[in-house]
Amino acid sequence: MNPELRDLYQEVIVDHSKRPRNFRKLDGARSAEGFNPLCGDKVTVYVSLEDGVLKEVTFQGSGCAISTASASVMTEVLKGKSVADAERIFETFHSLVTKGPQPSAELGKLAVFAGVREFPSRVKCAVLAWHTLRAALGGEQQPVSTE
Amino acid sequence: MMTGQNAASSQRPWGTSRPAFDVHKVRGDFPILAQRVYGKPLVYLDNAASAQKPQAVIDRVSRFYAEEYSNIHRGLHYLSERATEAYEGVRTTVRGFLNAREEREIVFVRGTTEAINLVAQSYGRVALRPGDEIVISAMEHHSNIVPWQIVCEERGAVLRVVPINDAGEILLEAYERLLGPRTKLVAVAHVSNALGTINPVKDIVALAHARDVPVLVDGAQAAPHLAVDVQDLDCDFYAFSGHKLYGPTGVGVLYGKAERLEAMPPYQGGGDMISSVTFEKTIYNQIPFKFEAGTPDIAGVVGLGAALDYLNGIGVEVAATHEDELLAYATERITALPKVRIIGTARQKASVLSFVVDGVHPHDIGTILDREGVAIRAGHHCAQPVMDRFGVPATARASFAFYNTKEDVDALVAGVTRVLEVFS
Repeated sequence: MNPELRDLYQEVIVDHSKRPRNFRKLDGARSAEGFNPLCGDKVTVYVSLEDGVLKEVTFQGSGCAISTASASVMTEVLKGKSVADAERIFETFHSLVTKGPQPSAELGKLAVFAGVREFPSRVKCAVLAWHTLRAALGGEQQPVSTE
Repeated sequence: MMTGQNAASSQRPWGTSRPAFDVHKVRGDFPILAQRVYGKPLVYLDNAASAQKPQAVIDRVSRFYAEEYSNIHRGLHYLSERATEAYEGVRTTVRGFLNAREEREIVFVRGTTEAINLVAQSYGRVALRPGDEIVISAMEHHSNIVPWQIVCEERGAVLRVVPINDAGEILLEAYERLLGPRTKLVAVAHVSNALGTINPVKDIVALAHARDVPVLVDGAQAAPHLAVDVQDLDCDFYAFSGHKLYGPTGVGVLYGKAERLEAMPPYQGGGDMISSVTFEKTIYNQIPFKFEAGTPDIAGVVGLGAALDYLNGIGVEVAATHEDELLAYATERITALPKVRIIGTARQKASVLSFVVDGVHPHDIGTILDREGVAIRAGHHCAQPVMDRFGVPATARASFAFYNTKEDVDALVAGVTRVLEVFS
């Protein structure tokens, strides 16, 4: 198989897309909706905050493997992080999928998304849940669109 | 390259028999097909989105700019006369292609979308009163939905939608029941871009005409694959785009029966669409010029003429026979794969194979196929209501042109097999 494809569809990504973690509604939590009109990806991200900490992050929706896996990994990575940390991690993730790994960045589990960079048309899929989370934290009423 | 194109189309009537079809020879006419992508031979199966261009079209546009270009209908100098002759010659070619009665029934527009917007706005403005109805089908492209929604909202009219069955076929009895005293127009696709269904347009027109309701046919997907005869269909309007028909982008055709077009007000105001202008009163030009305000895409029209001549050289039916064989072969091979389901299983289909793979989003299919050199479309195909009808967010769509081969289908099947491996 084409090496870029192998990098994109890593086992972890395929696994998270088939068995998304934290895939549920969170009652009483903040939430926001995100759309990728080009692909038809739809996601709702729920986040409960306590003293500036993301106590729990969950999501629901339908989308491609990249957007689903990205949302799933995001919910795992951000649980227990402060809002400021979450913002910083999003910046790191965003440069990972648009520019590639930066020397100083601590990627942890997010490193599996490095392959997205070779597929410019799929960057939107990878960042959809993250933009939606940011909207949920900011109390945005309008759905997020990646277009 | 073909020469004397206009002469060729008049000597050989549309739809007569031709020499045996040789797909490999035909492929040589399309320079883009020779390239490799990601180190693999290009397999272009996105023809329903847009078709590739033969050298004859590329050369014709180039030669027009190099040797004949000027603005048209300003005929005081040599080049303007030549350019006008080339442009108006294509009107004759299109008349032949559609078997329209007269050249003045052929209006050049930017594409199918503009053609439909023209009818919606121009016909809608005079025909629609509050409570009147426009009937469309559940398988329409957004461009045959949204223009009607806009005019319905402006005029207080109502959009009615004919349902389709699980195979993706129009329910004719339900259609007939929807036709009522308030129905002012029926607008329907000849071939569905998302499902491939060939609609029984002739029956649809007859049922509407029995109630004096005019019919617009969206022929964007049909014109490249079926021999269209607007007199036989008896439709009031027929729209198609040049770029899906191996011609340039930015040019298309609205056919309208002369008496319909004459009764309609202009769509856009400007130059060329007038006979005389004073600040007190403007007298509009005759049809079709009344609907061609401003300088059109002259080279695009000339290129469209070359594309139609090229297609006539092959023969629409000859092309269709080859495409039907490919569609049947692809349907058989794709159906044999596990977890794959075809969306759109109408008895009459053309060119389009829409499918989903259980547990895999079409965009992932599209990305994996792309790296195998296979270009398909993945998405809602500008037909979101169709996706909703079949309960899928999107489909993967392979669509065939006469230059595709069985090897192209094999590459598609190998690519989908790779998809199944990745997501196994």
